[in-house]
Amino acid sequence: MTDFYDLAEKKSVGEIRKLYPISGDFFDNMNLSALAEDVPMADALEKSDPEWLQELGTDTDGVLEQFCEFMEALTSPQEETALIREITIVGGHDKNGMPEKAELTVKPGEVISIVGPTGSGKSRLLGDIECMAQGDTPTGRRIRINGEFPDEETRFELEGRLVAQLSQNMNFVMDLSVRDFLQMHAKSRFCEDPESVAEQCYACANDLAGEAFDISTKVTQLSGGQSRALMIADTAYMSSSPVILIDEIENAGIDRRQAISILTRQDKIVFISTHDPMLALSASKRIVIRNGGIAKVMETTEEERASLSVIEELDDTIMRIRSMLRAGEQIIPGHFAVPAAASSDEA
Amino acid sequence: MKLITVSGPPSSGKTSVILKLIDSLRESGMEKIGVVKFDCLTSFDQIRYKEAGIPVEIGFSGKVCPDHFFISNIEDAVRWGVKSGFEMLITESAGLCNRCSPHISEIPAVCVIDNLSGVNTPRKIGPMLKFADYVVITKGDIVSQAEREVFKFNVRQVNTGARILFVNGITGQGSFMLAKHLSRAVDITTLSDMHLRFTTPASVCSYCTGETRIGEEFQNGMMKKMTFTPSVFYKDTEEIEEPAEKGGVEA
Ligand SMILES: Nc1nc2c(ncn2[C@@H]2O[C@H](COP(=O)(O)OP(=O)(O)OP(=O)(O)O)[C@@H](O)[C@H]2O)c(=O)[nH]1
Ligand SMILES: Nc1ncnc2c1ncn2[C@@H]1O[C@H](COP(=O)(O)OP(=O)(O)O)[C@@H](O)[C@H]1O
Ligand SMILES: [Mg+2]
Ligand SMILES: [Mg+2]
Ligand SMILES: [Zn+2]
Ligand SMILES: [Zn+2]
Repeated sequence: MTDFYDLAEKKSVGEIRKLYPISGDFFDNMNLSALAEDVPMADALEKSDPEWLQELGTDTDGVLEQFCEFMEALTSPQEETALIREITIVGGHDKNGMPEKAELTVKPGEVISIVGPTGSGKSRLLGDIECMAQGDTPTGRRIRINGEFPDEETRFELEGRLVAQLSQNMNFVMDLSVRDFLQMHAKSRFCEDPESVAEQCYACANDLAGEAFDISTKVTQLSGGQSRALMIADTAYMSSSPVILIDEIENAGIDRRQAISILTRQDKIVFISTHDPMLALSASKRIVIRNGGIAKVMETTEEERASLSVIEELDDTIMRIRSMLRAGEQIIPGHFAVPAAASSDEA
Repeated sequence: MKLITVSGPPSSGKTSVILKLIDSLRESGMEKIGVVKFDCLTSFDQIRYKEAGIPVEIGFSGKVCPDHFFISNIEDAVRWGVKSGFEMLITESAGLCNRCSPHISEIPAVCVIDNLSGVNTPRKIGPMLKFADYVVITKGDIVSQAEREVFKFNVRQVNTGARILFVNGITGQGSFMLAKHLSRAVDITTLSDMHLRFTTPASVCSYCTGETRIGEEFQNGMMKKMTFTPSVFYKDTEEIEEPAEKGGVEA
């Protein structure tokens, strides 16, 4: 680990800024932008306005100490999560206290869908995964990480870093362009080359979005579909969280199949709570929730996978009609021509 | 009794988080929990606490800085809590003066801020955030994952040592972890011999004591003046009308 005291003794503010661009934030935060840039930082501090430091409730030594803490905390990617090899959901009980017999282990690159009526407990299951429940949530479920029940310390450690979330009602609120936004995120993730990561992310988002957008667009001005596309690309390329929880993003106006495949290619574990047949069946397994409990875990069968292509065609038809409506065209029955198989074998 | 101080900008979600926190604490078996709310002029929080069956006291600082007001009343609040037989007393104060903070050295300090308040807000909040042990970030349900991560990074810049937790003030998601942390707090019976984490500056200018008239001759005590540099639109000094002579305008 770098000795930042030594750095402050030997290098000027200008040199430190060059070596560690992040240090600029420290000087901004402390409103120390007027520090002399050409003498070692420690000396510059000695010469700075003591009254200002006093108003910050500190002195030269205090600033140096805070500088070192800041640099230590922010120059190492300490937020990196330990390797997750698998996650296991160990069943608890449903809303009536009836035990769930489920035990399900999921590995990176796998997609699991969660289906069930509204209010049945799909979001609750996502919540259990997020907080690594240990029999201490209403469902009594327990989560194993890499085969072990995490102890309290590990749970605290992982808190907020295990999962990234994506849901229908999320918006961008920052007043930044797509480029600045992505670079800012990359910077906070200690990416080596924030600019190219941002470019890569932008290209991917643009691929996913139905309508293309410019990299200089303000994130707050993106359409719902464009926002969702950017969120997915960003999660795939920049989030450090190994697990992604997606809560009902059906009508997002993005290429959902591609979205899922981008996430799994980045070796994420993906859980999707959904009512969308295409999303549900694109998972390798699906968890069926009834009355708060896991009623069963189903493997997606060959037959189901085969029907997926029919469903995809149906979906494409809907998409096509949607874009025709958008374009101000007239809709005629011919547009609904779908393979006979789909309409004839109703269950 | 355990004492927890919760502070944060107005409407950041303090009450919502405290209510969900108490739900979680109750689930884990803690029953007797009380709240003291410190505010400036008015507050509707007591209604929400009472609805949840939580004993609550409320104090208004009026023209005093709410944190100064907090400090002069916290001992009495602790006495009230001890007498009530609380297992935990939580104080809620709306941090209106970004220069002060109610955090006490040995007492767990929570700062609540919300994701909607702008990326750079954590860098502007000051001691209330900087000296907190736990920073709770709310309203994460309505912003993107990326913004949550950037926001957290900016909090980390200001407070390198704090535990940073995301809590949803509406669904309570995350409050459970906060409860786990806070139930480890030490038990106290008094605050004597304890200290504030940060000096609260004395603000004693004439306006602190009720002056309303504007003008140099009414300004006494601790005054601080800004310096202004000529803007590009500055006219030649001669052309600018000199300010009316001191006291020249009748009030
Ligand atoms: N969407 C969302 N809204 C929240 C969340 N937390 C709080 N709110 C809302 O934010 C508003 C303010 O919440 P309060 O808990 O009253 O905030 P406060 O900090 O106690 O406010 P004061 O005591 O008046 O300073 C309320 O309308 C809450 O419902 C959250 O996590 N998500
Ligand atoms: N096993 C359970 N025991 C008790 N309550 C449960 C259980 N599962 C879910 N719940 C509760 O039921 C309510 C609805 O669940 P939710 O996850 O929001 O449903 P969905 O996302 O499927 O619409 C929530 O308040 C949740 O906490
Ligand atoms: Mg739900
Ligand atoms: Mg409140
Ligand atoms: Zn103050
Ligand atoms: Zn004053």
